[in-house]
Amino acid sequence: MRVMIGMSGGVDSSVAAALLHEQGHEVVGVTMRLWGGESDTGCCSVSDVDDARRVAQQIGIEHVVFNFSDEFDEHVVQPYVDAHQKGITPNPCIECNRHLKFERLAERADELGFDAVATGHHARIGAHENGRRRLERGADLAKDQSYVLHMITAEGLEHTSFPIGHMTKDEVREHAARLGLRTAGKPDSQDVCFISRADGREHFLGNRIPLRTARVVDRDGTQVGEVPSVEMVTLGQRRGLGTPGGGPVRYVIGVDAASDEPTVIVGDADDLLVSSQIVHSMTWVDQAFEGEALAQTSAHGDPRPCQVTSTGEREVQIDWGLRSTRIAPGQSVVLYDPTNTWVIGGGIAQRSPL
Amino acid sequence: MTSTYLDHAATTSMYPEVFDAMRPWQETNFANPSGSHRAARLARQAVDEAREVVASCLGVNAGDVVFTGGGTESDNSAISGSVRSRGGIAVCSAVEHHAVLDPVLHHGGVTVAVTQDGQVDIDNLRHVLESLAASGQHIAVVSVMAVNNEVGAINDISEVAAVVREVAPDAWLHTDAVQAACWVELSQITRHVDMLSLSAHKFGGPKGVGLMVVSNGATPEPLLLGGGQERGRRSGTIDVAGAVGAATALHKTASERDAVSQRVLAFRNELLDALTQIEGVVETVSREHTVPGIAHICLNDLESEALLFMLDAADVYASAASACASGAMESSHVLSALGVPDDLRRGALRLSLGHTTTSGDIDRAVKEITRSIGLLRERRAARKQRV
Repeated sequence: MRVMIGMSGGVDSSVAAALLHEQGHEVVGVTMRLWGGESDTGCCSVSDVDDARRVAQQIGIEHVVFNFSDEFDEHVVQPYVDAHQKGITPNPCIECNRHLKFERLAERADELGFDAVATGHHARIGAHENGRRRLERGADLAKDQSYVLHMITAEGLEHTSFPIGHMTKDEVREHAARLGLRTAGKPDSQDVCFISRADGREHFLGNRIPLRTARVVDRDGTQVGEVPSVEMVTLGQRRGLGTPGGGPVRYVIGVDAASDEPTVIVGDADDLLVSSQIVHSMTWVDQAFEGEALAQTSAHGDPRPCQVTSTGEREVQIDWGLRSTRIAPGQSVVLYDPTNTWVIGGGIAQRSPL
Repeated sequence: MTSTYLDHAATTSMYPEVFDAMRPWQETNFANPSGSHRAARLARQAVDEAREVVASCLGVNAGDVVFTGGGTESDNSAISGSVRSRGGIAVCSAVEHHAVLDPVLHHGGVTVAVTQDGQVDIDNLRHVLESLAASGQHIAVVSVMAVNNEVGAINDISEVAAVVREVAPDAWLHTDAVQAACWVELSQITRHVDMLSLSAHKFGGPKGVGLMVVSNGATPEPLLLGGGQERGRRSGTIDVAGAVGAATALHKTASERDAVSQRVLAFRNELLDALTQIEGVVETVSREHTVPGIAHICLNDLESEALLFMLDAADVYASAASACASGAMESSHVLSALGVPDDLRRGALRLSLGHTTTSGDIDRAVKEITRSIGLLRERRAARKQRV
């Protein structure tokens, strides 16, 4: 097979590239230049490209750099900023996978005559009994990334490869060390890759949109505090709300950033619980689904049992067996089969009424 | 491997006699020309002679020639050195190489528009200089490239000089002639300017060696301070082999310029004629005012990166815009200044020819480019049908 492997300059994609090459595939490494601005947190820095290129040289494969920074800005950065402005909590890694890795890069690979795109994600590709491909959790459950890959369809999976999905992180690092790859001991990337760790999210957003102070109110409308920027507030948050100390802990249960007078609504722990959740913009790996499933609502959150019912075009309602914590609007909700093995589909949490 | 190298504007191969001329100055007589013994004097003589050869090729005094560490250093010295030396503002064309553009912008300078064929807009130059003068701003330096590195457009430096001397008589005039060396009689340029930059590896010399002409009383502040070599204008141990290599290459280039230009021009036109037969291929600028070595085309339906990948796989080496530190293609500020629409800009391809280019290279390039464009379009259509 001719495989194009996305190489971020990290250890996972380094080893993935090496494995594909060992298996005898014709492999070309690609580093995507996504973020044009400054960053100290992860992908796209010149030193990461250097690492990817050097690893490719060591393995003995070609390496190229593709500049997708315009598309990244359009599909990831700008929506990230817009979401914060609306009081929504976005997941930029998912949008990057959706629009860049498994759309833009896949399209480029296809155009250049490659059979598949590979990445160093911790996830596996299996098959249903009828032969249809399915996306499965990675062998290392602590590192599993199937959540951020849920948008890849069964057709897409036929042209996708996750060469390290069956390995634990320790095995990946051991393999890298055995090959003498310079990325063997490189720490995992964390945080949002386009936001500088030194300056932080508030600084990043403040450079792009006006940050507005908001009143913090109880459910009955009584003001109990104030926050300097409503754009920074997330559902479930309980610190930094400017509320007086003592008394029961108050949690953010709602954010109204849309109005001219933005408000943050707080309540007690019980107010955070809901019995159902609407999920929109659903994508299905194979086909639309209703019934019992497990829902995971953050990258490393525990999957919770739920009942899935269709409520419209690409929209479902999930009913929790027991009342469950509200999901921040904008977060991705990914459905797994009841054995917690494979991905059914996923979408984006809608704002739940108070 | 049969490879077709059409990236001579990025760098070209060194003439064998250049390598031969350089070799003794690294191997047997490696002395530092600033020393006082016989070996040093021999090295000094080689540098002095090299400087004279360069001066004669450029039509300037030997004392005006400064050896530097490359074209970028020469450009930076001219711009930053001028601003630091005398204060005031720097002005350059909007399509300068980043080695000029970035220092100009760094010092808060302004840019001048270009025509759709990539030549500096003389009326706009006059307007910009007049506006600056009217607002009481002192103009430290004006820099207009002799030949553009992406599209190959040639500027009439005498025309530029006439405007600068009239409107801003105190300004020093610099030209980046890095892409001109192979194709343009350089003495026709030096006579109009106060400073000029060249890069040896662009004309068959070694990488890491630049030339700078500093004349007419211009005194840009040196970037590098230290041992005071090059009359204090560029400190650092003189690279004897580099100086000898640059001089040998420049002499060779000058003596063969007419013949090479004529030959390459025919190849370039043949290449453009063939490529523009392909549907959707447009010549980015009019051929009339470009150097023979550059063919620049755009396609409105394909992307440079994809096309270059295909050509690379077929061992045809070309380029698009300049690459950034990570190796990624950057969107071209040159094409943007020319007013080339977005969709065409994304499909830019620069094929640059040089003294080693053969007619076989042109045939192969045409064949592979045609094949690659066809394949990309076919696969795209197939994908569209599937999705």
